[in-house]
Amino acid sequence: MTGRRLAVRKTYKLFIGGAFPRSESGRTLELEGYNVARASRKDAREAVVAARKAFGGWSAATAYNRGQVLYRLAETMETRAGAFAAACTGRREVARAIDRVVWYAGWADKLAQVLGSANPVAGPYFNFTIPEPTGVVAIVAPTEPALDGLVARLAPAVVGGNAVVVLASDDHPLAAIELAEAVATSDVPGGVVNVLTGLRSELAPVLAAHMDVNAIDVTGADGDVAALEVLAAENVKRVVRAREDRSPWEIASFMELKTVWHPIGR
Amino acid sequence: MGAVEKSRKDVLPAGSWDYASSLEGRDIVSFEERYGLFIGGEQVSPRSRSWFTTVSPSTEEPLAEVAQAGAKDVALAVGAAQEAFAPWSSWRPAERAKVLFRIARILQERARELAVAESLDGGKPIKESRDVDLPLAAAHFFYYAGWADKLEYAFPGRRPRPIGVAAQIVPWNFPLLMLAWKIAPALACGNTVVLKPAETTPLTALLFADVCRQAEVPPGVVNIVTGDGSTGAHLVRSEGIGKVAFTGSTEVGKAIQRELAGRDISLTLELGGKAANIVFEDCALDQAVEGIVNGIYFNQGHVCCAGSRLLVQESIHDQLVRKLKRRMSTLRVGDPLDKNTDVGAINSKAQLDRITELVQAGTDEGAELYQPPCRLPEKGWWFAPTVFTNVAQSHRIAQEEIFGPVLSVLTFRTPDEAVEKANNTMYGLSAGIWTEKGSRILWMADRLRAGVVWGNTFNRFDPASPFGGYKESGFGREGGRHGLEAYLRFE
Repeated sequence: MTGRRLAVRKTYKLFIGGAFPRSESGRTLELEGYNVARASRKDAREAVVAARKAFGGWSAATAYNRGQVLYRLAETMETRAGAFAAACTGRREVARAIDRVVWYAGWADKLAQVLGSANPVAGPYFNFTIPEPTGVVAIVAPTEPALDGLVARLAPAVVGGNAVVVLASDDHPLAAIELAEAVATSDVPGGVVNVLTGLRSELAPVLAAHMDVNAIDVTGADGDVAALEVLAAENVKRVVRAREDRSPWEIASFMELKTVWHPIGR
Repeated sequence: MGAVEKSRKDVLPAGSWDYASSLEGRDIVSFEERYGLFIGGEQVSPRSRSWFTTVSPSTEEPLAEVAQAGAKDVALAVGAAQEAFAPWSSWRPAERAKVLFRIARILQERARELAVAESLDGGKPIKESRDVDLPLAAAHFFYYAGWADKLEYAFPGRRPRPIGVAAQIVPWNFPLLMLAWKIAPALACGNTVVLKPAETTPLTALLFADVCRQAEVPPGVVNIVTGDGSTGAHLVRSEGIGKVAFTGSTEVGKAIQRELAGRDISLTLELGGKAANIVFEDCALDQAVEGIVNGIYFNQGHVCCAGSRLLVQESIHDQLVRKLKRRMSTLRVGDPLDKNTDVGAINSKAQLDRITELVQAGTDEGAELYQPPCRLPEKGWWFAPTVFTNVAQSHRIAQEEIFGPVLSVLTFRTPDEAVEKANNTMYGLSAGIWTEKGSRILWMADRLRAGVVWGNTFNRFDPASPFGGYKESGFGREGGRHGLEAYLRFE
């Protein structure tokens, strides 16, 4: 007996439908000192199913509610700042990521006013355009920075009402799973955010080709982006890339626009 | 389909009246025998040395010979557009606006000529080209003209810049109007364009080249290359383009998206549709019937947002179908230049074959066909207004875009079921809702996965109103402030 206490290590698993399963394949990868789950193609498909199931409720939530839920996520991230710092480049990155979530949370109930419009058509019709989420979004997270890079893509997609399937950084997957734990303890409904760790070269094509994925963010795709784009064309997926660091237009790139007409009359 | 062979006189009761024809004069338009390509402000013979004939679908008469642009021709056009880009994009925006205003005015001044040309080359009723295509095309230029010197107000927090050369491919259903949808915002934002009109309807685009001359559009700012699908493929593959805008079939749209993979080219796609027109039992029934007819028989059903799936609440199905059939029997099918004509010619033999094949599939799969008695002209390509009842969601006629005057009727009981069925398609371009209950319109509009939702109306268009699809109906919007985004990059 030495008297030394051994740390209780965390098992880094996947995050699908609000639960933390191991990969159905039973495979892991040794990364950053842990045996991280190596998601299979089937896990990826399960994650899409979970996201689709969650999309209806999340997209129908009021904008005020979505804003509060995202703000709540910032709160749960703040209390885990230490764990996050250990999984990324440090406290400054964590602060940036949390502030980014707060910034995007505030956009939830302003989007329609900035991105939408009332349209002055030449006739007796009331006509307006509103932004709506595109649906299930696959996000290939940037390799670095592991936390803020992911948050910069995740937050604009989720605040608009989309459900997402994230492919975490190949080399630094721990930050994504820490984030999943913050998501799980916030009020984000299960399935709105799903996180897969593993080999993106194996998983990204599955999501790019998936017929029930509406958009794919290839910002972090370091391999053959053109090949992903070819697969994405099969169901006319929206292929999204980061253009600006923080912007409502980043949210807009995950949104559709719906225009509604109605006659005016007595 | 025997009924369609009977003449109107045979089926109308004795002593009933018929319309006297009221033909729009075609002298107002004179086509040249041959049209070269419009490149760098001049009409040039194609390097391909290849030509094809464009015919009138209502009579099969040849109208003119048109150049078939090959790879070299497309490269020349893109080169001319590239050369023109730097000077054009540095024009003072207010002056650029004036060019667009001029185009709008000239389209108004030459509206009758262009409308007749459109009906001759495309087969659509003069009533529609005169009252819809031309006024909307002019309005589109007028609308975007005003944006040219106000772009910095359109996107808060962003600095808009033109992209460069826009490659634009338009379909044959609204040839000049789709040209306007493409060219007006592109020029307003300071881009130059190479536009490819559809193979079967090149003439109004070639007349538009003359409009450009009159408006003193600088050479190379607008280039028009005619040809078949291979010309479009050359255009999309061109080096030197910065943007592709395509309106057409989902199949070709996907091919273009694949083709552009890995290239930093902005893309917008306006593709097919299979819109649900949803009719509730509490609707104003006669208005709904008008909306249904307008939704599917407007422009022979050659409309990507056509209301081709009629979802009727079960309780009013029989009554509505009865009224619909009666209304269909008053539709006048025939000479596009007759001002009485409601339904013109099918745009091409190929399209007629596709419609015929799908209608046959409808019958084979067990749906019940109805066509009102009407006499179709001997020459040209025609299809009688058609409605199918007893249609199941799995039928091809309920799933595939027919792009013809063919309506499929399905039923529902609850609003939830209507939403479920309406959204049960890979498309998501448009939808219609008919009910007198305001809250239900908004409830439905909220849940329909479609880019344009018409409540108690259908097939309305306006330059100020963004148009475009969800899902496999494409991405990007045309019209309105949102339509500018496709033609800008941001610093």
